[in-house]
Amino acid sequence: MYTQGLDLVPKGEKPEAPKSEEEARLEAAFQRKIDEEIRIEPTDWMPEGYRRTLIRQISQHAHSEIVGMLPEGNWVTRAPTLRRKAILLAKIQDEAGHGLYLYSACETLGVTREELYEQLLAGKAKYSSIFNYPTLTWADIGIIGWLVDGAAIMNQVPLQRCSYGPYARAMIRICKEESFHQRQGYELCLALAEGSPEQRRMLQDALNRWWWPVLMMFGPPDKDSWHTAQSMKWKIKRFTNDELRQKFVDAVVPQAERLGLKIPDPHLKWNPERGHYDFGEVPWDEFWRVIKGDGPCNRQRMEQRRRAWEEGRWVREAALAYAEKRRRRQQSEAA
Amino acid sequence: MKGWPLYEVFIRPRNGVAHRHVGSLHAPDPEMALELARDLYCRRGEGTSIWVVPASAITASRPEDKDAFFEPLEKEYRHPSHYNIPPDVKNM
Ligand SMILES: [Fe+2]
Ligand SMILES: [Fe+2]
Ligand SMILES: [Fe+2]
Repeated sequence: MYTQGLDLVPKGEKPEAPKSEEEARLEAAFQRKIDEEIRIEPTDWMPEGYRRTLIRQISQHAHSEIVGMLPEGNWVTRAPTLRRKAILLAKIQDEAGHGLYLYSACETLGVTREELYEQLLAGKAKYSSIFNYPTLTWADIGIIGWLVDGAAIMNQVPLQRCSYGPYARAMIRICKEESFHQRQGYELCLALAEGSPEQRRMLQDALNRWWWPVLMMFGPPDKDSWHTAQSMKWKIKRFTNDELRQKFVDAVVPQAERLGLKIPDPHLKWNPERGHYDFGEVPWDEFWRVIKGDGPCNRQRMEQRRRAWEEGRWVREAALAYAEKRRRRQQSEAA
Repeated sequence: MKGWPLYEVFIRPRNGVAHRHVGSLHAPDPEMALELARDLYCRRGEGTSIWVVPASAITASRPEDKDAFFEPLEKEYRHPSHYNIPPDVKNM
């Protein structure tokens, strides 16, 4: 999902060192807590691997929210009505907020936001592959809200019960806000679906381009997801990638039909025996290419983030200078 | 209790939920504030974690700023109920 990059084995990660007796005892007690659904809080003892996995997962999630503002930002000045513009701005502002909630949750694990952000800007951190695709038409904005935020919700709802307290609490806030994102997207799609033949064509074209990249959001197939088993045992994850992908397909196919859209997959078919839709193979080669940095917009996104950071420098400095001035003024007034 | 500053007390009722403000107390230093908070607010297993924060470290919004800070419903498009989704569309 927003943390598909977890399935890239990090360079230089060594197998766990042999444990001392004391460590083994602590770890057994830790796992008992997890099994009993007792949440882990920042000051509780936790295995190094749990902390490391969470830092990577939460920071990748945070980066995704931040980079995710860019494809939609492309349409703020081109929104067709004032209402649509206000909605889009509000949604993008929410995504910035989600990034910040998540960086804060991550900081409880002993890293700083600066470190994490520097990793992103240096191109060393991962974020969701989905944000490396371009937004070519206004229909893309509807499809993103409906499907990209829809897929995010599918993934984030179970994360509200993640074993790590600060992450779970951030997810509760985020999920509450995501609901408007998905609904405004579907409403936008409905407007196009009920519009002119050209608008309907535009909507279908957007779905054709976004469908497979959206299914990639859930991460590689379970057989290639090396960290899934451990994350499930630690209850960082509650469902596997393939389970969530299936739930998503089952939920959105009827929604697409309601819009008069055709899912661009010749293998998509209701399977009454399984009680699920069967669907074709996701183009995984493309997924690995994009996640490793070679998607249609990877370079552009990183350039935009770096430029935003550089161009915002004077604002950060001015705020500090103002705080300093106010502090001195208060001091001299008190004197 | 001259020289005993005011501390605000926050308790986490159980793992998984956030610390919640429960009240305040005076103490000579943060460590003693923590011990006093335990005796004053946590005699019946009310929590699994306590935070004490010097009240002087808290900056609060002012009632005069109410309109600028908390303009309530005028941006109703921030709420899911603002959007017209036909009732036959499920899972939304
Ligand atoms: Fe999101
Ligand atoms: Fe978000
Ligand atoms: Fe969103």
